[in-house]
Amino acid sequence: MADPIVELVSVRRTFDAGEVLRGVTFTLVRGETLVVMGGSGSGKTVLLRLIAGLIRPDAGQIRVFGRSIEGLSEEELLPVRRRMGYVFQGAALFDSLSVYENVAYPLREHASLGEGEIAERVARNLGLVGLGPEVLRLLPAELSGGMKKRVGIARALSIGPELLLFDEPTAGLDPTNAKLVAELVQKLHGGVCDTVIVVTHDIELAKAVADRVAVLIDGRFAAVGPMTEILETGNAAVQAFLTGEAR
Amino acid sequence: MDTYLRRTVVWYGGVGLLAGRVLRSLALPPKYLRLVVREIEVMGVQSLGVALTAAIFTGMVFTIQSAVNMARFGAETYVGPLVALAILRELGPVLTAILVGGKVASGITAELGSMKVTEQIDALRTLGVNHIKRLVVPRVLAALVVFPLLTILADAIGVLGGMVIMSLERHADMWAYWNTTTYWVVPKDFLTGVGKAVFFGAVVTLIGCYNGLSTEGGTEGLGRATTATVVHVTMGVIVSDFFLSKLFLTLFY
Repeated sequence: MADPIVELVSVRRTFDAGEVLRGVTFTLVRGETLVVMGGSGSGKTVLLRLIAGLIRPDAGQIRVFGRSIEGLSEEELLPVRRRMGYVFQGAALFDSLSVYENVAYPLREHASLGEGEIAERVARNLGLVGLGPEVLRLLPAELSGGMKKRVGIARALSIGPELLLFDEPTAGLDPTNAKLVAELVQKLHGGVCDTVIVVTHDIELAKAVADRVAVLIDGRFAAVGPMTEILETGNAAVQAFLTGEAR
Repeated sequence: MDTYLRRTVVWYGGVGLLAGRVLRSLALPPKYLRLVVREIEVMGVQSLGVALTAAIFTGMVFTIQSAVNMARFGAETYVGPLVALAILRELGPVLTAILVGGKVASGITAELGSMKVTEQIDALRTLGVNHIKRLVVPRVLAALVVFPLLTILADAIGVLGGMVIMSLERHADMWAYWNTTTYWVVPKDFLTGVGKAVFFGAVVTLIGCYNGLSTEGGTEGLGRATTATVVHVTMGVIVSDFFLSKLFLTLFY
């Protein structure tokens, strides 16, 4: 029987500008990569932030690792978050810390490791994302956009998450770096962390990594299924989004 | 008007809730104690010049003004106790809190606000780190140490400045000045001032942290938050000083 990692039931969320999510329901099982697609402002990032417990829903239920999180306090959420990794769109690296310290940060916080073991794990995680020792002493301001994203991924992997959340991993990257990040997501799926949610508007990324794709339109999932099914769906709004004709 | 009232209620409520969370998070893991020490250095050592310069000049100007005007009533002998009481009970803690507090709190707002708008606070949270324990509690604890210490130094320098200027300008006998001062000033005058400094330290830091953590609207919002902190700290210290004075007068005098 499939092990549900994330379950959302009729989740709604409103901001000052209006209702962004209008009853989102889905289940993500262990070992699955779900890609959530949708236009700018469609609520994709809001969805990820809800799953991470960074914001609360107005209505509906969110279960992560079998635990309802919508009513948990910030302190109660911490152990849930320690089981997941979140890769931010802008990487959100700690700008006063070096690359080494950024990747080592979760280890220093949550693991009782010696400096040698921390250094070994940092090198291993940076190696996973294709970065070598030459970047260790650099500050985030000295990195390119693609390198920042990869350091962000290495940091998210530091404590061995069971669930990885990617917010627009290829946004703002040139095609080469975007392809590199897409390959990285695929590589992670194969080994390091096999349950992944990727939020993106990048169709090529979705084709490359998705087991299932969910298209978010007007605050609801307009279509959910494998990419091949999504591409052939008869839903006009989904087709308009995929062909770039949505207004 | 409605929006203003709502914002005001949200702000007071937010600072109150943050204070509650800080109280619940006071037990820091040993590895965070170095953060407290670092904050003591940042707040204390780097604010020493500001606090002491303000204290000595305030002490001197208050003494000169008092001496000239009290001489008209033949009460120049009492300048020493008057200046000392004013400095120990009010000017020392209030001036230190406004000057150092404005500097410290606006710095905190800028730092935390910058982290907020670049999602670094959210990054901490997603890494399972209690950001209140990591970012707010060490600053509050440091302020509880730094503000009273700076106030004690400001008190001493202020009173000393007054004594020196009385000697130089009014040719007062320093020994007599000191004796009159110590005759009229009692320990609770000094202790209530230090008590105020402890309270101001907590308030100032909480305001700085809250405004930083609630920054919205990118760099423009960050600028607004930092400016608001200076105003909030000044008003917070002045208004709460009245109520603290009333409380202390009721309890101890």
